[in-house]
Amino acid sequence: MAFQDNLVKIISDPNLSPKQKSNYLALAAEASLPYLPISKEINQAKEAGIICDMFEGHAPFKPRYVLPDYAKYLQQGSQYLELTQATNLDEALNALTIIYHHVPSVTSIPVYLGQLDDILMPYTDGVDAESIYRKLKLFWIMLDRTLPDAFMHVNIGPSDNIICRTILRIDAELKQIAPNLTFMYDPDITPDDLLQIATSNICECSKPHIANYPIHAKAYDGQGFGIVSCYNSLPLAGGANTLVRLNLKEVALKALNVEDFFANTLPHYCQLTYELIETRAKFLHEESNFFNSFLVKEGLIEESRFAPMFGIYGMAEAVNILQNNPELTENDLEKPSKHYGHNQTANQLGHRISKALDTIVKSTPVTYGYHGRALLHSQGGISIDKDVTPGVRIPYGTEPNPIAHIQALAEHHQYYTSGISDILTIDETVKYNSQAMFQLCKGALSLGFREFTANVASNDLVRVTGYMIKLSDIATFKQQGSRTNTTGLGAEAAEVTGILNRKPRVAAQELSPNYAE
Amino acid sequence: MQNKLATVSQILPFSCVDGPGSRLVIFLQGCNYNCKNCHNPHTINWCDHCGDCISTCPTQALTLVTTKGISRINWDSDLCTQCDICLSVCPKQSSPKTRQYGIDSLVTLIHHQRHFINGITVSGGEASLQLPFIIELFKAIKSTEALSHLTCMIDTNGSLSISGWHKLLPVLDGAMIDLKAWQEETHRYITGRDHHRVFQSLELLSQHAKLYEVRLLHIPNISDFDSEIEAVATYLKQLPNSVRIKLNAFQHHGVTGEARQWGTCSEAQMLELAARLTERGVTNLVLPNVYL
Repeated sequence: MAFQDNLVKIISDPNLSPKQKSNYLALAAEASLPYLPISKEINQAKEAGIICDMFEGHAPFKPRYVLPDYAKYLQQGSQYLELTQATNLDEALNALTIIYHHVPSVTSIPVYLGQLDDILMPYTDGVDAESIYRKLKLFWIMLDRTLPDAFMHVNIGPSDNIICRTILRIDAELKQIAPNLTFMYDPDITPDDLLQIATSNICECSKPHIANYPIHAKAYDGQGFGIVSCYNSLPLAGGANTLVRLNLKEVALKALNVEDFFANTLPHYCQLTYELIETRAKFLHEESNFFNSFLVKEGLIEESRFAPMFGIYGMAEAVNILQNNPELTENDLEKPSKHYGHNQTANQLGHRISKALDTIVKSTPVTYGYHGRALLHSQGGISIDKDVTPGVRIPYGTEPNPIAHIQALAEHHQYYTSGISDILTIDETVKYNSQAMFQLCKGALSLGFREFTANVASNDLVRVTGYMIKLSDIATFKQQGSRTNTTGLGAEAAEVTGILNRKPRVAAQELSPNYAE
Repeated sequence: MQNKLATVSQILPFSCVDGPGSRLVIFLQGCNYNCKNCHNPHTINWCDHCGDCISTCPTQALTLVTTKGISRINWDSDLCTQCDICLSVCPKQSSPKTRQYGIDSLVTLIHHQRHFINGITVSGGEASLQLPFIIELFKAIKSTEALSHLTCMIDTNGSLSISGWHKLLPVLDGAMIDLKAWQEETHRYITGRDHHRVFQSLELLSQHAKLYEVRLLHIPNISDFDSEIEAVATYLKQLPNSVRIKLNAFQHHGVTGEARQWGTCSEAQMLELAARLTERGVTNLVLPNVYL
């Protein structure tokens, strides 16, 4: 009776709220169904940890990420929600508060809250700055308290406006875990002093992420895009139907040598990844009835704008394995090494792998994709990952100085349309020198970084992936539980992956999928 | 003049504490002071290639190479694990791990980092001991179009002569100067040198609006900024308002010899000194970020 025992454990867990328990019970219920029919070979690859479905569930009934067109919603109101169009800022904020509770995601909490400055600016006429501040501050507190999940993402910028500036001010003031925040930067539009405020905020609370707006915008059509969850860039009015990720470390272990890796092993496992993507997406689109939702009927999302994310991780290990590098030790850190992140040949092999993946993903059709394709994604890890580094990142604790770090990885960024995150750990001296952060950020973006994310060592807020946790919360989590879903994930991640060990650290993760004591 | 060489102990590609913004810092080997509290004493002297360190290296990264009858220590950075045993056994307060750089190779290195930095800072050791090289380097940066936006600064003990400063000033954007003690005898006790030139340097740089920061290292019961608070405050107040007064707290990290017996400076002691300076009207104080 393992299944029922597990339910009892969840139900009687002293550290979870009833709502958190309900979520885990639902996951357990879905997990008790037989898996979608897949080939023996895919199943073996899944079991062996080569291909991972992110524990999205055995029978997907909602897309992984949903990015509704909130501007349209405010303009037209909603028949389903019995709301007329918003006519002022209060109504707009109220309407958003309502719809957020109807936007599903893999975690059941919305991961995209909208490009809030674009959406709200039409409602600011005649509202004075102090009122805007007061209203947005209450809205911000409401978000953190009612939707406590740091995957929930707000976008602002690249234009300079009062909503954007007020949100930056409030975010630095409140230092909340939620919502997560991306500031879009466009050198042709964004004034330096606005970017400076954003980078000063990073010194204060490790938020926002700075997104390279022109690169993202170019990757999508005129309908636009959004940054959601942890640095996932996806079509607006669409989203990701599923994310399946490939463990490059395991793929490299199967290869005889570099040539075999490129000629046989990598294409083979990409093919299997695609089969799993197809199976999962087909069920969602054809069987689950998700696309009957009012979100579709009222035109807030379009089925054709959902794409599968083709995720990869373990690049660092793959490169080191293919080059027969010995395991990196503490002693190696200060000197030039042969390892990924430190050595040009190793870095170039990494770039070559990214390029090969890009070619495969851009040429492989899928039934339900964006223009018939999946979108390549450098996946930020989940809390069960052990001895494998997220995405294309340099392993924890072995990163070179921030500039060398950026230079080693910049080349990858052009390939990862649906997102890539490399978190730079910067020691706390930068807190008193936000100009340095500003310059580092500009340098990274000018080199082609899609997203600049930094973590300042002594911040109580630490990015343990795409999301933030409080170090002080981690210390007390074991005894008391946490109000926020993600602190639990952070604590688990910190223990399993050694994220908080050693050097000032940061990791990346996206999701802790299943219940674990 | 492009063939000048500098002896470099270390290059830091990204620093947030050596001047405004993000900076590449070049630490030059060699110092004319002998501060008891020096936190990197292996940068004080030039290596004389005596070879005492060679046998102590656990990874055989050090070897003695003799060409034309002259013996030199060769340091293999690939074998080195940075255990620093060689530094601890050096009888000369030096290091076998220095490198020679020409202007061109440093300019190339800086060019590679240019998008990420606001400028460069030469530090030490005592950077001004290699003044001709610094002048050439700064000139080269200012005359290279892709680098001309970078500010060139020096971190110094202030012992450079007035005539030396006049040579440097045309290519210098700013200086950070250590004032190690207020009273002459305290300065002499700590550094082994008098501080007449330090005050001259502070004055000259103030006049030319090139004094970015004055640094005071507070060593409780040793340095005299607290016991001489009135005089110190009066002096600091007459400096230009733009000058940052950076207070540093003495810690044991890197310190060898008798200064290890001195008490470290706690946050409370630091805050007390800062409060007493503030009471007396000193503004623009910058306090330590951390007390480690």
